[in-house]
Amino acid sequence: MKKISSSQYFKMNWLEKLGYNIFMFICAIPVFFFELGKKACKGVALFVKAIGKELKEFAMIFTKGSVFTKVSYLIMGFGNLCRGQIVRGLFFLAFEVSFVMYQITSGISWMAKLRTLGDIGPHEEYDPILDTYVRVNGDDSFKILLYGGFAVILCLVFIFVWRMNWRQSWENDKLLKAGKKVPKFKEDFHDLVDAKFHKTLLTVPIIGITAFTVLPIIFMIFVAFTNYDGAHDGYSALFTWVGFDNFKELFGTGKAGLGFAFKKIFSWTIVWAILATFSNYFLGMILAIMINKKGIKFKKFWRGIFVLTIAIPQFISLLYMSKLFAKNGLINGFLIKLGMLSTPYDFWGHALSARILVVVINIWIGIPYLMLIATGILMNIPEDLYESAKIDGANAVQQFFKITLPYMLFITGPYLLTSFIGNMGNFNVIFLLGGGATANPALTTSGGTASDVDLLITWLFKITTGTESNYKLASVIGIMIFVIEATISVIGFNAMPSNKNEEDFQ
Amino acid sequence: MSTKAMTSQKEKKYKSLKRKTAVGNTIIYIILTIMAIIWVAPFCAIVLESFRTETTMQVGYVIPKQWGLDNYRTLLTETKFLKWYTNTLTIALIVSVIQTFMVLCMSYTLSRMRFTGRKFLMNLMLIFGMFPGFLGMIILYKILSGMGLTGAGSVPGLILVYTASSAMGYYVSKGFFDTIPKSLDEAARVDGATRAQVLVKITFPMAKPIIIYTVLTAFMGPWGDFMFAKYIAHNTTEGMNVAVGLQNLISTPEMLAAHYTQFTAAGILVAIPITLLFMNLQKYYVEGVTGGAVKG
Repeated sequence: MKKISSSQYFKMNWLEKLGYNIFMFICAIPVFFFELGKKACKGVALFVKAIGKELKEFAMIFTKGSVFTKVSYLIMGFGNLCRGQIVRGLFFLAFEVSFVMYQITSGISWMAKLRTLGDIGPHEEYDPILDTYVRVNGDDSFKILLYGGFAVILCLVFIFVWRMNWRQSWENDKLLKAGKKVPKFKEDFHDLVDAKFHKTLLTVPIIGITAFTVLPIIFMIFVAFTNYDGAHDGYSALFTWVGFDNFKELFGTGKAGLGFAFKKIFSWTIVWAILATFSNYFLGMILAIMINKKGIKFKKFWRGIFVLTIAIPQFISLLYMSKLFAKNGLINGFLIKLGMLSTPYDFWGHALSARILVVVINIWIGIPYLMLIATGILMNIPEDLYESAKIDGANAVQQFFKITLPYMLFITGPYLLTSFIGNMGNFNVIFLLGGGATANPALTTSGGTASDVDLLITWLFKITTGTESNYKLASVIGIMIFVIEATISVIGFNAMPSNKNEEDFQ
Repeated sequence: MSTKAMTSQKEKKYKSLKRKTAVGNTIIYIILTIMAIIWVAPFCAIVLESFRTETTMQVGYVIPKQWGLDNYRTLLTETKFLKWYTNTLTIALIVSVIQTFMVLCMSYTLSRMRFTGRKFLMNLMLIFGMFPGFLGMIILYKILSGMGLTGAGSVPGLILVYTASSAMGYYVSKGFFDTIPKSLDEAARVDGATRAQVLVKITFPMAKPIIIYTVLTAFMGPWGDFMFAKYIAHNTTEGMNVAVGLQNLISTPEMLAAHYTQFTAAGILVAIPITLLFMNLQKYYVEGVTGGAVKG
């Protein structure tokens, strides 16, 4: 089958259309990866080019720059200080001095140990005063990784600041040559509330993000290549680099063990995300259509009732719902009273019923959000579309599939994608609801227990907090979650018709 | 014959159409009523169960046989509920202030200003946002516990964890700022206003809905967080928030039997203020949610 014209496409029936779309989607996947590879190669080429340009300028500025600029290569801030930019100059100088001091006193020694993450574990040493062997602590792998990594990052920051320093001096050279004045502290300060206002606004958020998200995640990526866990916690037993062993373990084949558990939990995560996203999406939309239908009264009242589940903190409703379906909970009580059951049914004890329950309760939790979103969008659909459809004799169902649904899908495409990804990491619903679910022995691994409703994210949590504290595995799973999410979002966003350019609507 | 017959025919058609709509609406009313009952019933059951005094266990009926406030009394005196409540309230209040500041700084800058590294910054946040947030917690926990900000002292620790990277959730509010015409800024800039003055004097007065939305979501966040709070509190009752504390209260079958009705009472005490607050500010929440979904 090859690409067909749009007139041919419209002649097909829905089954052919569906088949054609699926076929085209599958065809697009290799093209997508090819494009990705091309882009990556281009990126590398650009990077190499940029480094070459950087080195060229480095040499050019050194040879052509004034004496001040030349000295700035060695003594940072010299070019600024001699031109009267006292504050900038002092900042550069202070940074250089403290950097060198730090690296000499501790940084270098931490970095030196990075390669092995410590050689001497805790051992016994002869103490001449006590005349006996005492236990002394050796290296701490965790601290080596932490401080060593910090020292390396500091080196990178230093190179960046150092480059800024001689470039500024070069700018000053140019300004003076052109007969202009160099900017002083007062002008710099004014810049910070005007031309460079973004720097003022972004400083605190960026420091926060760097310290609490970027650096910890980079650190944890490194942990994925070590054997850091409860048994090798760094000080009572060293941990070290193990290469790709953890990944190999996770992708292992077989009917048991980590590889098996990962495959099971991963496929359930995807199934769950699809079920949760689309069930909420369609039911929420239908609910919104029903409430907004002309002639339906008390719209505010209906909406208010459903918004209640958003207003009440989720953990209360989730925990309560989980207990409601417990063996001695209300639902079992009612079913027995009605004579539909003779003995209480263990909803959380069986894989299938537990899975159905989390999906159903998630609908209960989730469709009010969709109702709100859909209400806003439905009101924006041009009324004349429906009018002309009515004149052409379309009934309500046809109107829904030909007008409402395509319109909604087009507008909420990005939302669907983000909510799909959000559902993949929906910790609260699964952990609080499935807390009562019995652990599945087939999924119990060296990482800890897991039940049939566990997602990758709750598995990650259980592995981390479990008795084994299997950090290495947790970070491998974390990386896998990232890879899965990134792939899905890249493919999804590329497939979306409403892929807008952000400058368009300003 | 014709005119009379035609009008009667038309009338007939109109009547049948009317009847059809009436039937359709009745069906919708029935569905909505059933759904409303399903949605409200659990909350009614929580309220009723919280007044039940004959036993603290789960039972198979809803209407209490003995009514009383015993559950509320024991909850407040015998468990650490008040401590959890104040912990969560403190966290929520401080987080709502700091997070709003962070989010507004980030979203306003990204929406209004074009500077080198802007795209890089956005991509960086997008990429790091795809890692599960819990991943970094393993190391953050070690560092925070070194500083004494875990366990019993988890309140400041949790505030740090919640707020520090909260600027990464800038999308909804950036979408809002994108809708304010840029020409307003430019006009003020031509008149000699600095960028800071533009922000304070022009944008802020117009940004009331998004500020309220950000404060509201930031305030509600800590009430619902479980994952971070559980990890940071690390089984220390003193440092838990309500979610972790209550989950802990009914975590084993024995504890569930002893504390179930107290848990329902606690649910009521937590839900009432949050629900009232939310219902009052609902308008802003709906605007934010719909705007965010449309702009992605």
